Amino acid sequence: MANTENTGKWGMVIDTDRCTGCMACVTACAMENNIPWTGEEEAGYGRGMHWIRVQRLWHGEYPEVKPEFTPTMCQQCGHAPCEPVCPVFATVHSEAEQINLQVYNRCVGTRYCGNNCPYTARTFNFFDHEFPTPMDFYLNPDVTVRRRGVMEKCTFCVQRIHKGQEKARAEGRPVKDGEIVPACAQACPADAIVFGDMSDSESQVSHIARSERRYQLLPELGTEPRVTYLKGGGYYGG
Amino acid sequence: MAADAQSLTDMQIARYEEEEDPRQHLMFDPRPREEMNRMVLEAMQTTTPRYWITVGILGLLVALLLFGAWGNMILNGIGLAGVRPPIYWGIFIVTFVFWIGISHAGTFVSAILRVFKAEFRRPFTRAAELMTTFGLAAGALYPLIHLGRVWVFYWMMPYPNARWLWPNFRSALVWDFLAITTYLLSSTIYLYLPLIPDLAMARDRTEGWRHYFYMVLSLGWRGTEAEWLRLRKAIGIFAFAIIPVMFSVHTIVSWDFAATQVAGWSSTIFGPYFIVGAILSGVSAVITILFVLRSTMKNMKYFIRPEHFNALGKLVLVFSMSWAYFFFNEYLLHWYGGYKVVRDLLMHHATGPAAWIWYTMLICNVAIPWLTLWNKKIRSNPTAMFVITLLINVGMFAERYTIIPLTLGYQRFPFNWGQYTPRLTEISIVLGTFCLFIFLYMVVSRLIPLVPVWEVQEGQHAHTLRKVGKSEVPSVTELD
Repeated sequence: MANTENTGKWGMVIDTDRCTGCMACVTACAMENNIPWTGEEEAGYGRGMHWIRVQRLWHGEYPEVKPEFTPTMCQQCGHAPCEPVCPVFATVHSEAEQINLQVYNRCVGTRYCGNNCPYTARTFNFFDHEFPTPMDFYLNPDVTVRRRGVMEKCTFCVQRIHKGQEKARAEGRPVKDGEIVPACAQACPADAIVFGDMSDSESQVSHIARSERRYQLLPELGTEPRVTYLKGGGYYGG
Repeated sequence: MAADAQSLTDMQIARYEEEEDPRQHLMFDPRPREEMNRMVLEAMQTTTPRYWITVGILGLLVALLLFGAWGNMILNGIGLAGVRPPIYWGIFIVTFVFWIGISHAGTFVSAILRVFKAEFRRPFTRAAELMTTFGLAAGALYPLIHLGRVWVFYWMMPYPNARWLWPNFRSALVWDFLAITTYLLSSTIYLYLPLIPDLAMARDRTEGWRHYFYMVLSLGWRGTEAEWLRLRKAIGIFAFAIIPVMFSVHTIVSWDFAATQVAGWSSTIFGPYFIVGAILSGVSAVITILFVLRSTMKNMKYFIRPEHFNALGKLVLVFSMSWAYFFFNEYLLHWYGGYKVVRDLLMHHATGPAAWIWYTMLICNVAIPWLTLWNKKIRSNPTAMFVITLLINVGMFAERYTIIPLTLGYQRFPFNWGQYTPRLTEISIVLGTFCLFIFLYMVVSRLIPLVPVWEVQEGQHAHTLRKVGKSEVPSVTELD
């Protein structure tokens, strides 16, 4: 049963067999979420800000090598390691969407959450970054622009979730499966990223998540990630 | 039989002659009260041009290196520091832990040795307590310095506000904040209490601004029986009460790391491991400072003697051994536990690109003290002890460096591995707090009597040489 109210347990499935490593998700995420570009020097120093990154690993011995792409973002853990360590409750679990949210205005910048994230999914605003004209025309009015000294990370495009829920509520119907799509999933040309309501056992994302190719990142830590990965069962030819 | 008895006596005589003269000990080498008071006051009031130049340069360096660089970082962003993902904590937190470790010296030397009635503590308890206070003052800056938005640091404090927003008491950082505040407060009181009679002594023997300064600070101390009784009671209570506070502070600092799930941090032995490390670096720093005081301040050679270096050197050796046990234990447990990530991490420390830091740590913390401190001649040599203890603190800095940035750089996903090098701003701020510590210490060394005169005199009254037959036997009267 789909939800009309804010009780959804949002989840994501990423099919690494389909991922081509094209980085469209990275770009789309940056555009959607007003992620600043930090410039050549800073990015070269390892402070490029992305809420999603494509981890590329090589399999095999040269010349028989095969790349493996794992798009990685905040796993929206059910037991998030980042949450209990924040001294000011800037990293909180949202009861409504069952995801981890970062309260930018509350963050004091201890970066403790960044240390404790086993997925290194968080990015930090080391400086104030300008959006040079005309790129500032692209700024998304639904998303806060962050200042220096605060931590940020993937929100599962919570603004899109809210928009979808409000639209459905205004029309007096439940949120349809596939109606809410985060920017990365929307941009993925290979449809490797699927997003939806995990509490609805009939949704597409629940279906795919039951695949026998399923795995999660670092399951031994007990973080209960909301992102499921698929790999290597030959389903899509992997 | 007779021959046996004869040779035994010879041996005894030989041993007796080998033994040192008890008058080498401060406790058996009393001087008249007034002379001793004068010596301490003279040490306090003597300032050479070299002293003023050093203080001036240090003050300038504090303003420039610490506050200048920090201000610049506040204006431009924490990015001026070298930290980068996945290493979000760098040399700031390393130095923070280092200073908190140094601050354990005062309590350890003063409170624990006082509680256990170790008589050698008497002349340098205050020098150690001052280290606690200033070490904490320097260390407590770092939780502020390293914040991304330091101007809202007070959000970490529990204070009533209209939004009913409280700090997250599950976070070790909040505990840290509270523990350090408690320790700073209680150690300052603990520094102040035994200071009162000495301040009164200084008040009665100085003129001008110093007289008024000590008059205010000595709280009208007259030295009556009732005052002494209350003072001793208060010191007794504080000496016992501050020991658990001291243990809790570094345990909680270790929880900043142990209560996470970072591979290599999440460890249940971090509490005692950090405390032993803190005491090792703290006691070493006391020796370092005692050497400096002895060679720069007037009359200090009377109060600080080779016997004190000897006694503290034994403590350093014991704590170096305990530290080595905890260090070994970490490897042992992870070898036995078999969690591959941590096992690889520990190997990485020893063989990775920054292995030289790991080896520095082991050489300075284990090899050097174990090879030297078993020898009484070395322990009693202040210059040698100065070098050894300085090296131990280099080793302890390397230990914290290994634990913080080097461990963070080794993530569970190889894709996220990272390296970190401190940048100019960070190095400048770190040097700035070292200057701050020395600056504060130098200024205060000329403002308050650095030797607790009354404690030394009390000890000397309790120690006597009694004639038994033809030999003099040192004897001690139990004070309470």
